[in-house]
Amino acid sequence: MEFERREAPYVRPPTSVGGMMREVLFALIPAALAYVWFFGAGFILNLLVAALFCAAGEAFMTHLRGRPPEEALSDFTAMVTAALIAFSMPALCPWWVTATASLFAIVVAKHLYGGMGYNIFNPAMAGYVVALVSFPMYMNFWTAPRIGDIDYHYLDFYETARYTLTGSLPEYLSFDAISRATPLDTVKTGLKSMLTFDEMYSNPLMGDFGGRGWEWIGNFTAIGGAWLLLRKIIRWHIPVAVLAGLLVPSGFMYFLDTGAHASPGFYLFSGGTILCAFFIATDPVTAATSPRGRLVYGFGIGFLIYAIRRWGSYADGVAFAVLLMNMARPAIDYLTRPRIVGHAKNEAR
Amino acid sequence: MWTSILIAVATITGIALASGLLLGFASRRLPPRTDSLVDQVNELLPQLQCAQCGYAGCRPYAAAIVDDDADINLCPPGGHDTVRRLAALLDREPLPLADAASSVSMSSLAIIDESLCIGCGWCREVCPVDAITGAHHYMHTVIARECTGCELCVTRCPVDCIGMVAAR
Amino acid sequence: MRPAPTFDLGKLNGGLRLPGEKANSTAMGIQVVPVPAQLVLPLTQHSGNAAQPVVGIGEKVLKGQLIADADGALSAPVHASSSGKVVAIEQWPVSRRHGDPAPCIIIECDGRDEAIGLAEPVIPYESLPLESLLQKILQGGIVGLGGAVFPTAQKLMQANTLPLESLLLNGVECEPYISCDDMLMREQAADVVKGAQILMYALGIQKCYIAIESDKPEALQKMADALTALNDSRMVVKMVPTIYPSGGEDQLVQLVTNKEVPSGGLPTDVGCLVQNVGTAAAVYRWICEGEPLISRVTTVTGDGIVSPMNVLARLGTPVAEIVAFAGGYTDRAKQLIIGGPMMGKSVTTDRVPLVKATNCILVMSHLAPPLDERPCIRCGECAVVCPVVLQPQELYWFACADDEVKLREHGLIDCIECGCCDLVCPSHIPLMASFRQAKARIRELADEKARAERARLRFEARTLRREIEEQKREDELAQQKRAAITAGPKEIQEMVERARRGKPPLERTEKGPD
Repeated sequence: MEFERREAPYVRPPTSVGGMMREVLFALIPAALAYVWFFGAGFILNLLVAALFCAAGEAFMTHLRGRPPEEALSDFTAMVTAALIAFSMPALCPWWVTATASLFAIVVAKHLYGGMGYNIFNPAMAGYVVALVSFPMYMNFWTAPRIGDIDYHYLDFYETARYTLTGSLPEYLSFDAISRATPLDTVKTGLKSMLTFDEMYSNPLMGDFGGRGWEWIGNFTAIGGAWLLLRKIIRWHIPVAVLAGLLVPSGFMYFLDTGAHASPGFYLFSGGTILCAFFIATDPVTAATSPRGRLVYGFGIGFLIYAIRRWGSYADGVAFAVLLMNMARPAIDYLTRPRIVGHAKNEAR
Repeated sequence: MWTSILIAVATITGIALASGLLLGFASRRLPPRTDSLVDQVNELLPQLQCAQCGYAGCRPYAAAIVDDDADINLCPPGGHDTVRRLAALLDREPLPLADAASSVSMSSLAIIDESLCIGCGWCREVCPVDAITGAHHYMHTVIARECTGCELCVTRCPVDCIGMVAAR
Repeated sequence: MRPAPTFDLGKLNGGLRLPGEKANSTAMGIQVVPVPAQLVLPLTQHSGNAAQPVVGIGEKVLKGQLIADADGALSAPVHASSSGKVVAIEQWPVSRRHGDPAPCIIIECDGRDEAIGLAEPVIPYESLPLESLLQKILQGGIVGLGGAVFPTAQKLMQANTLPLESLLLNGVECEPYISCDDMLMREQAADVVKGAQILMYALGIQKCYIAIESDKPEALQKMADALTALNDSRMVVKMVPTIYPSGGEDQLVQLVTNKEVPSGGLPTDVGCLVQNVGTAAAVYRWICEGEPLISRVTTVTGDGIVSPMNVLARLGTPVAEIVAFAGGYTDRAKQLIIGGPMMGKSVTTDRVPLVKATNCILVMSHLAPPLDERPCIRCGECAVVCPVVLQPQELYWFACADDEVKLREHGLIDCIECGCCDLVCPSHIPLMASFRQAKARIRELADEKARAERARLRFEARTLRREIEEQKREDELAQQKRAAITAGPKEIQEMVERARRGKPPLERTEKGPD
């Protein structure tokens, strides 16, 4: 009997990129539900816009490069980018802002840098930063979470949709009336105005440990992160290092002068910290690969997040921290190569 | 207004001067590579000693390159890889090969047809790596292991008894 | 005696826990395949030079007769697996070349299976001088039966020059589907341990570890019992965790002795000699019972085989006959692999014969899927599972870029080609194939470099030689001139005489025109 010849190994690898990305999307569902609960349907609309433009950008660029678009879309990486962008945008966000972020992320940060696997910068974060500096007014328009005990007008679905499509609020509302500072904003401006933390925490928007609403979104994101760890989609090094990188300096400063610094717990659960630790910093293409390298990379991100929040001019430093460490990644990978079995330590490379 | 412009210009100039001094100091005082540049260039050449570049061997060609008397694209057996590596080493433009059609290569081997050889010894004299052995008026033969395929003996032989075969 | 627990072992980096797939083939005992009508014995069933035939076409041979002798320093002889007549010495498909032909001796069996009488009675090996013992092992055609088929005698001779602390018997068999060593240890444990004793004697080794994976409880028990019966306190059974590829030579040394084999080195460099359990049994049978290597235990298994089992078959039996003996192909037989699913050889025809290296005949019910390679996403899973702690994702970039320097720096030559990285890659990149190609390319480049270096040195030597000759010529010329100037009338007369006779003033070697 005759047979065909094939190359070893003769077993199909059980994992696939599409499968991994689908798991990531599933893991984001708890966080998404929490987000919608606290901040309304705007998130869903942002998600739809981001998904649409990410998919369109991906299809267009792969077509330009002479490949079938299904090939690129089937690995779901564009959808993960879209989800992360949607999480980063304020709940009330005109569609063109989200679209700009999505298109820049996919077309420029991903494909113009070489496409899947070759990009240096995290596409979602690059897209977010572009939107942030191009549309400061819209990107700083944060609303209050649904906590039920403040005098606040929450937009209904129709008003949210209208804002997303046209960028205009109902006539009886003004931007100032609805916009509320995020907890991180509150702390930053409060410190500048020399308020004490007791005064800052008396603001009804400040929650028990991270800001009302935000801390719960953080918890649910952590559930998703734990799921990813269990399923071995991500490994523990980066999330632990990011959190450590944030907790160590903030804990140290808090210990030095409790009155003048927010607690480490606050930094942990506010803003995009948990999302960054489990979903953004763990993006495999742009993160370090060796175990030690990942610890260094994650710690750098955590530290930069703290530095930017404490001393920088932006309220939340996640995006910039990630982009800065993306730049350092090749050097980190080179310097933290593990010793090969059978070679001496510190062998001349 | 003028003060602030002057301050800005002065600061930048100061930084530039300081950097320049630092770099100049480093380039002079920090130890350079111990191999001479000619040695480094010679390392990158394929060592056929075939003289296709117009120089009598790889080392003379390397010396000419370093003296800027020769372009880096004159070595056909080295191929594009060698041009690229020389360009990287010497910070010059990689040029296309001057004679890409040459078939001289290390993978060919010279064979002497013993029925025609007259033992004149001219091939032995011209072989750049002494790969031909034989006494005067006696049979000559090529030491296969040492032959670099440079083909210098082929043209030299007065009775046309040497041919090239693909050996490896 | 119970097998030793695992807590005092070294650590294996990476590796994978793979499904064993061995239950089917270990349900029955070893079945003996009858001698086929025709035996095909390749001249190269080992690493090294092909054996040279010592029989001619038409010659009658007996079972165990030498039919091809070892040729050169690294080679092994081949023996007839049964009695019959040599009908041809010609090209035949072999598994070593994936079904492409190689020179083989074809024997038509006469059915009598008559063994050759022993030239001398089997004497106890302890009474042989060590030199002769090693020579005798060479004559038996014994090679490493774990798959590498390195001639055992040469391995022992090389190891003889180094201080050796321990003999490691490799009964690990970590690759899925393969169970021949398991069955050998269950049924012929005594042969294995007695063979180990011979090896220990030959090299003066005082300790022996028999490494068996934890998924082989019967083998562990049987080997322990055999050791108890033998009552040799130098030998002990060690149970190792069931992780692929802990059966690799270097990996096993690391696991059992906690020492790392240096890059480019051998286990003997750290005082360990590793031998497969089958090799040990073969040594025993040759030295103490006079039977050279003419048969081996092989696993016939996979979804494409009707009755998976382990068989004892004569070397040279066509695989097709062994498959027929095991019930034949199912209707789902798609791929024939000689070896295991990770490191085996895909073979194009079942006409290939069973050879010394054939530890498994695996017929799978699916073809390896077509290439659907995606770009690398740098997830790093390949680096997590690599037993040598390489960075396959980096090696892959460098292999694509043909960057020989970086490949060497990152340790490509240390890759054991186990395939773990391939199995965990979500982008389905054929890493093992790329590394094999890259290694071949590096060897090519290293060869080229070595030759260029030699040419460079010869050129410089020749340049120096010509300079010296030139200098000598000039000196002679100068001397002649001086002689001519200071010559008296008598010397001038002599010079004129010599010139008239046609001889030059001084002998010079003739040279061609410059």
